[in-house]
Amino acid sequence: MTMQLVDGARPNLWDEARRFGGFLLRELKPKGKLLTPFNVITGGIILLSAVLLTIRFAKGLGSITNLSQDYPWGLWIGFDVITGVAFAGGAYVIVFMVYILGQEKYHPIVRVTVLNGFLAYVFYAGALLLDLGRPWNVVNPVIGNSFGVSSVLFLVAWHFLLYMLAQFVEFSPAVAEWAGWQRVRKVLGAMTLGAVIFGITLSMLHQSGLGALYLMAKEKVHPLWYSEFIPVLFLVSSIFAGLSLVIFEGSITHKVFHHRVGRRLAATHHDIVRGLARICAATMFVYLFAQILVFVHGQRWQYLGSGWGWWYLLEMVGFVAVPAALFLCGYRNGCLPVIRGAALMTLIGIVLNRLNVSVIGFKWYAEVRYVPTWMEIVVTLGVISAELWVFRWVINRMPVLDFDMSESSHAPEGAERAGVIAA
Amino acid sequence: MKRRDWLKTVCAAGGASLAARGLRAEEAAAPEPLTDRVGVLVDTTKCLGCRMCEFACARANELPEPEQQIDRSVRRDTTPDQWTVVNRYETERGAVYRKQQCMHCVQPACASACLTRAMYRTPDGAVTWREGKCMGCRYCMVSCPFDVPKFEYDSPVPKIQKCQLCWSRLQEGERPACVSNCPAGALKFGKRRELLDEARDRIYHEPDKYVHEIYGEHEVGGTSWLYLSAVPFEQLGLPTHLGETPFPVYTREFLYAVPLVLTLAPPFLLALNRASRAREVAEEEGEGGEA
Repeated sequence: MTMQLVDGARPNLWDEARRFGGFLLRELKPKGKLLTPFNVITGGIILLSAVLLTIRFAKGLGSITNLSQDYPWGLWIGFDVITGVAFAGGAYVIVFMVYILGQEKYHPIVRVTVLNGFLAYVFYAGALLLDLGRPWNVVNPVIGNSFGVSSVLFLVAWHFLLYMLAQFVEFSPAVAEWAGWQRVRKVLGAMTLGAVIFGITLSMLHQSGLGALYLMAKEKVHPLWYSEFIPVLFLVSSIFAGLSLVIFEGSITHKVFHHRVGRRLAATHHDIVRGLARICAATMFVYLFAQILVFVHGQRWQYLGSGWGWWYLLEMVGFVAVPAALFLCGYRNGCLPVIRGAALMTLIGIVLNRLNVSVIGFKWYAEVRYVPTWMEIVVTLGVISAELWVFRWVINRMPVLDFDMSESSHAPEGAERAGVIAA
Repeated sequence: MKRRDWLKTVCAAGGASLAARGLRAEEAAAPEPLTDRVGVLVDTTKCLGCRMCEFACARANELPEPEQQIDRSVRRDTTPDQWTVVNRYETERGAVYRKQQCMHCVQPACASACLTRAMYRTPDGAVTWREGKCMGCRYCMVSCPFDVPKFEYDSPVPKIQKCQLCWSRLQEGERPACVSNCPAGALKFGKRRELLDEARDRIYHEPDKYVHEIYGEHEVGGTSWLYLSAVPFEQLGLPTHLGETPFPVYTREFLYAVPLVLTLAPPFLLALNRASRAREVAEEEGEGGEA
């Protein structure tokens, strides 16, 4: 269908391919100064990561990581994958609000959020491949010669894969606009709602699924963090984790990519952040309430006296309750710095929570604890750096922060109205 | 346009429910008749600690030979190179030796955790690992309540290593290598049910010699390796806090919810979308259109 349309649009497909090839080559060239401090530092980290990964694939995981028989999953899973995916939760929340609830207010940040989510999945879930001992077999559960259908990880893997596709479809209109494929863009735009609905469903399942992975580690995760409700807690916390990242990313993006921000987004940014702060505060109070229920249900009082108890309280009070209150306060006063501070604290809280389940509180009784090597940290930073490079490349070229919202699949009746606002 | 949207969403929902069909949860968690499972009964009151089983295991599985001289006071764990170890425990009745290896759970957590079915429970109860399928994710290690699967961290082509209950020997009608080579008669191979009868029989006839429990009868839903002991099992380093629920059951509810969410969420989201759109249109008409 796509082929036909391209064909119909331009009689000669070969010409179009040549035009696009040249266009792509031009676009691939970096814009702006090359030797900025950011480029030098992140470039160095990426190069070092590449060297480290070469060693890792030549000599095995033990050569650069501190993983052990007691700690099969370390920083790369606990932070890159489990925390990274929670941070990427903003994409499904924002598309839910815009395309399902029809809250046009958030439309200007849809593309940047979906892009962020998509890249987070590609890079952070992609980091999973670095951690796999036998990555060449990664296709096994996909091509169907061995479906481990009773595995939570099977479900998570499939949902990662399908969700990446859904997110790509959600973002693809921006790619088509950038490449100048009018008709393709129309087709892709029409697919948005389906992708959104599918994507939200998948997100709900794999956000909770990441928590469900630990259900079988019943005796290994510290009782203050283990409960049969981990999946629900992971799902609820992914909402405000994702939105906090949207707020945090937005505050940086608006400084760094000031020249790319559209008029509509610039005008409504303040309002959007305030709205997000309200949703964050609400979901965080729901989350706190759920945590209190789990706390009482699990009869966790007995653990509070220990060092773990204080660590738990620090996470729950210091990095959930306090930022929730700050979000509420920032929303009431319309004070952006307070909201940004709250977002940053929330992000730290999510890192703490995910690591407490997956690394810090995992085998809390073990005599020899896992501490990541500097090389594991460098590779993690390398993955983040690479993602930022791609993010920057896309933002600087494609219509992400400034785009025409009129042609969205949502509300064709309202197209004229949105067009007027965007024009 | 509207109808096309509708069709597309229906297709998406259909695809979701198709995917859901593949995601049935119960397989690994379903209890099966226990009659034909095999297992090994370990009578720790008979074990001499000679470690012949360790050497026999290494020979049978082409693993490096275990060290001859070991420090008995150091608690050893199985390794990628050594699938079974015998440790000495100082108990209320003096030194007792216990052989340690994969327990071969009746409902193994590792096999239900494995997304490629590399960790695989054979029909007769041996839990084995299949090289061609494993992707090395190590979720089996996270899930195993006994921390049995071991990973080769120093290999670019790593394997998961653990006792396979000498699955290939069983095929040839032989007993596991460790059982065949135990000079003290501490290990007995047989049908799990018969081994349980045998164990009860031993306790019945010598009630003062044994604690009146069989480790592995109920633990984590039952294991194919069963232990008799003269002292409480925790003194032999066996985990006694694991409960009697088979570990795959802990994820069952979540997995049951998956097809439900996959089929119910898309129509619900679509309905929500239609409702909010209808409201918007109504509002716009009410305002008389601002454009």
